[in-house]
Amino acid sequence: MPKVPYLRLAIVSLAIGAVIAVLMIQIDWNGEAGSTAAGPIDALLDWMIIISSFVFAIVCVFLGYALYRWRVKPGDESDGLPIHGNTKLELTWTIIPTVIVLFAAGYSWAVLDDIEEVDSDPLIVNVYSQQFAWTFGYPTEGNKWSEGEFHVPVGRQVVFNMHAQDVLHSFWVPEWRIKKDNVPGITTDAVVTPDRVGTFQLICTELCGAGHSVMRAKVVVEPRKKFNRWVRGLEEEVPQGLYLTADQALEIQKQIQKAEGGIGGSGVDETTRDNVTQS
Amino acid sequence: MAHALREPGWYRAALGTLIGAAFGFGLVVILRLVSGLDAFQTEQTGYPQVIVPLITAPFGFLIGFGAFSYWFRWAAGKPTVPDDHSGHGATRWQDYFTFNTDHKVIGIQYIVTTFFFFFVGGLLAMLIRAELAQPGTQIVDPNVYNGLFSTHATVMIFLFIIPMFAGIANYVLPIMIGAPDMAFPRLNALSFWLLPIAGVIFMGSFLAPGGSFDAGWTGYAPLSTGAPLGQSFFNVGVQFAGASSIATSVNFLVTIITMRAPGMNLWRMPLLVWANLSTSLIVVGATPFIAGVQFMVLFDRIMGMNFFNFLEGGDVLSYQHIFWFYSHPAVYIMMLPGFGIISEVIATNARKPIFGYRLMALALLGIVVLSYSVWAHHMFVAGMFSWLRVPIMITTLLIAVPTGIKVFSWLGTLFYGKIHTYSTAMLFALGFIVTFTVGGISGVMLGMVPLDIHMSDTYFVVAHIHFVLFGGSVFTIFAGIYYWFPKMTGRMYDERLGRIHFWGTMIGTWGTFIPQHWIGLEGMPRRVADYASQFGEWNLVISFFSLILGLAQLVFLYNMVVSWKYGPKASGNPWRSKTIEWLVSSPPPTFNFDEIPRVVGGPYEYGTPGARHAIMGDEDAEATVPEPKPSSVPAAT
Repeated sequence: MPKVPYLRLAIVSLAIGAVIAVLMIQIDWNGEAGSTAAGPIDALLDWMIIISSFVFAIVCVFLGYALYRWRVKPGDESDGLPIHGNTKLELTWTIIPTVIVLFAAGYSWAVLDDIEEVDSDPLIVNVYSQQFAWTFGYPTEGNKWSEGEFHVPVGRQVVFNMHAQDVLHSFWVPEWRIKKDNVPGITTDAVVTPDRVGTFQLICTELCGAGHSVMRAKVVVEPRKKFNRWVRGLEEEVPQGLYLTADQALEIQKQIQKAEGGIGGSGVDETTRDNVTQS
Repeated sequence: MAHALREPGWYRAALGTLIGAAFGFGLVVILRLVSGLDAFQTEQTGYPQVIVPLITAPFGFLIGFGAFSYWFRWAAGKPTVPDDHSGHGATRWQDYFTFNTDHKVIGIQYIVTTFFFFFVGGLLAMLIRAELAQPGTQIVDPNVYNGLFSTHATVMIFLFIIPMFAGIANYVLPIMIGAPDMAFPRLNALSFWLLPIAGVIFMGSFLAPGGSFDAGWTGYAPLSTGAPLGQSFFNVGVQFAGASSIATSVNFLVTIITMRAPGMNLWRMPLLVWANLSTSLIVVGATPFIAGVQFMVLFDRIMGMNFFNFLEGGDVLSYQHIFWFYSHPAVYIMMLPGFGIISEVIATNARKPIFGYRLMALALLGIVVLSYSVWAHHMFVAGMFSWLRVPIMITTLLIAVPTGIKVFSWLGTLFYGKIHTYSTAMLFALGFIVTFTVGGISGVMLGMVPLDIHMSDTYFVVAHIHFVLFGGSVFTIFAGIYYWFPKMTGRMYDERLGRIHFWGTMIGTWGTFIPQHWIGLEGMPRRVADYASQFGEWNLVISFFSLILGLAQLVFLYNMVVSWKYGPKASGNPWRSKTIEWLVSSPPPTFNFDEIPRVVGGPYEYGTPGARHAIMGDEDAEATVPEPKPSSVPAAT
């Protein structure tokens, strides 16, 4: 059997993998960071990019070498060597990837626990989403209400409790690396500790209808004193009629129906969409 | 005329369609009037007078077309007409427009129909990229835009990739295992004819008031339960596409299990057969779930059943659980047959046995088992119970292992081979390995919960699915079409045009989908008609490359059409392959074999002098060749 410089191929793969990895991690993949979760998540991504660079390099180097070495000219009708496999090699490329993905899973699990740990004294913010607007309530600050914009203090953990009013929406602030769907009928939550002062965008990432691409809100992270001043300056309270849970929604709907004299005899539940806005 | 309306065929089918539609319409109107309701109901989620005919008219069509004639006669206890095989095989192009029971005719019907929908879906993609070339709204309004990407995905998944693989396997698989046809030829024909019906229903949604369905191909409740009428067309269309898929996979299972030629034990089956066995196991288990969940949405819409209405105790998240319990395994329905095709193309063109054949087969079965345990990785940020995330992450990452085994085994097959890169099929197979590796890598990243929290529902996901579905599935489809084109048509295609198509597709794919990773992580969500202006330049680049990708497919279309008509005649075995479909003429005779072949060895015995995979019936039966022992030569010295 003709000799193949396996060692040299391995070294070349590693070298090319290293070059790709070094180039790739120069890229600021996730963009600006703005929360304590961003550090661990970005580090995890960098690790995966490094591992992936080597995997990609190995595939490309071995594929390239095979084509360079064993590509035939048209007219050569001979066959390759009748090799059916190699148990040791097959075990190797089963076990090593298994170890790598289990490492990735374990690392991810650790990061997940880290970023979702809840502090003793978080600020609670209620998020209300509906086609196609975001509003926010501050239950610990006199249930004050803000439309299309919310502020949080820098350096303090915030727990968002999210309540969709009509269809699914999703809460994403890219700089915070945090995302959570807002689901009608249940309360979902997300934990984040903003660590950078600035103005960011809240983006809806779950298809919610014609206005989905413009369903945004302004996010302001500011020093504690400035935040306190802003939240005290809010005048309105969270209006009655915003759904928090399915039970509450049902109760509100019943009252509306009672006031309007029932929903008519169509047999179709007309409460699901059009009426489901805050009254 | 009266005679034409009595005999099965297009005239009777047209009449049947009208009767079916009138029956459904009349049924609704009369029942409503009897119940004291208005004859018509025009709530946007209602329209029973449209939806019921949408279901009954296709049955009228199928009955008129003759799809059930034999079964009806049998069921009624009438004497059955001995089959004269007049509905079998094709001698003229009109025979492709009949209820034909020949698996080769059905294969061609599938392939041509699904390529038609490929170009329809491609046109929709071009419209999407035209709209996204610049920030702002230029060409279509957001409602229409939502309809465009929803129909694009639906057409490409349900009417192109899944049935295309069924079509390719329909043509080659029975011959490969030495069978004269599929196990149930009439069911096979019915499976095909359900498909254009699904296509007409999906496309018909553009005519519905309120426009085509626009809640995405995922159709998440409650957006879908309250959407305009077009959504019901999606719910109904999926039933026909799904029924087609299930019936075909039952057919494949029975064919593969019971109709292999003598001597073809499990370890002598070509990997394409293994791949379709695995795929069919997924289809029969998983597809009923999407059929069920779309019925639940339809019932919510029309009858107010409240499966997903949270105000009446419905559970919004359960839609996603049921949907993904089908739709994640569906990813493998769209990938495993492609793995099989690549194995055939690489073994033949590298002139070598598949490296680690048994592990390749076992890896397919491993993917089947694991595929049922990973659905919830689509729901890491959906608000489901948080404990489920880590177990699902582990199974999701583990499924990369059998997938990796396949990539490494293909590389091992190339080593020490005699690699022919002249054929376009092999170019697509090699291009697939590199491109699919990128899709696999981004898939592992998406499977990791902390990364998924950031990446979910962004353009990173769009990049990933197109790398695995276009760079993966569609590349394998092209490899398979080029590989078996001589067998199916009896003619050779133009390799020069094939190479233009390959490089155009390769450059177009990478140029279109690589930058989508970046803009996604930077903050561009998916399914948006408009986006922040900072992404404008990259989107222009993406739209430019998508145009290259689109134009390259026109080269393919031209090559296929012209070569089919004018290409040089192909020999029975232009690639000098060992599997049985290459041992018959191109195109094969109507019943494939005069005598069933006998299988005497593995499918890829390249390099062993005198080794055979099968002996054809017309060869001297005494000239049996001793079964070659698997070589014990190690790969590395």
